[in-house]
Amino acid sequence: MSLSLTTADWLALFGHFASLSLLAVGGAVTAAPEMHRYLVGERMWLSDAQFTSGFALAQAAPGPNVLFVALMGWNVGLNAGGFATAILGMSVAMLGILLPSTCLTYGAARWGHRHQGLRSVRAFKQAMAPIVVALLVATGWILSAAHSDFERDWRVWLLTLVATLLVWRTKIHLLWLLGAGALLGALGWV
Amino acid sequence: MQGFGGVLGVVQRELVDKKRWLTLEEFAEDWAVAQVMPGPNIVNLALVLGDRYFGVRGAIAATAGILSLPLLCLLLLATLLAGFSENPAAQGALRGMGAVAAGLIGASGLRLLPALRRNVMGRAFCAALAIATFVAVALLRLPLLWVMPVLGLLAGCWAWRQLGQPHLAAPAP
Repeated sequence: MSLSLTTADWLALFGHFASLSLLAVGGAVTAAPEMHRYLVGERMWLSDAQFTSGFALAQAAPGPNVLFVALMGWNVGLNAGGFATAILGMSVAMLGILLPSTCLTYGAARWGHRHQGLRSVRAFKQAMAPIVVALLVATGWILSAAHSDFERDWRVWLLTLVATLLVWRTKIHLLWLLGAGALLGALGWV
Repeated sequence: MQGFGGVLGVVQRELVDKKRWLTLEEFAEDWAVAQVMPGPNIVNLALVLGDRYFGVRGAIAATAGILSLPLLCLLLLATLLAGFSENPAAQGALRGMGAVAAGLIGASGLRLLPALRRNVMGRAFCAALAIATFVAVALLRLPLLWVMPVLGLLAGCWAWRQLGQPHLAAPAP
């Protein structure tokens, strides 16, 4: 796949990610469907396979989930030329997705901390705590339930469950768990 | 950075268990703020905590720190794996790590449970709220954009009422 992108196209890419940045409440992953629609469907800057494999890779690799956005920019850049445009694409995508939301969060968090004695601020924080606990458990659930065929996938679920219990109840080093998961997977056991 | 499939579990362990910069309660609160603000929530958390302890420079350093190494790592992986994406062993390894990563995220939620013990809303309300959130998000797959305002507002009003009662506002340890 090869494209030629004009300056206007790069600006459009930046603008798209910047607007997604403010919509992505609950993490950058929530913006993935919209990103797919734009990059693959509307602009045809990425092939469907490039999008899907990039997403899977970024989920499995170390680091925050948001880095899949960097990989999308990188791949668009690769399609548009070579290494130099790939770096440009990555920077444009990351700046776009990070700048608006970080500025907003920075301001809001400072305001909240300065007024932490206010009854409304305290009520908000107390109210959010149980919701956050549930959201985290739900995220683990959703990631695991993406494999939905019981006959084939019960071992994946079991692995997730065991990992959950081990992390919750013990202080075992997380890298050991991930290494074990990778090994089990590579051997074809899960 | 060693946070596979999302770094939250690692961040929680490092900051709360090892460095003791934060209590579980503080962590849960800051995570809530990072979660409801738009944008990548772990970056938001790094930003908030970096700023709290070290000012603007801390915020920038924390954000850059949490992104730069994994980014390099990911690009390297993507380049290396470009030829191997059809390999069944590589796919299996990704699958296995993905399963563990899902467990890590779930467990980081469960580890916040003790932070709810002194919540002003009371344990029964907290439990009901958590279960309602889980059902809505994980089982019914309702968009977060609907779930958060509805449940958040409900819980917020209740917490606001409870905070108005002096004997509850400063609960016994």
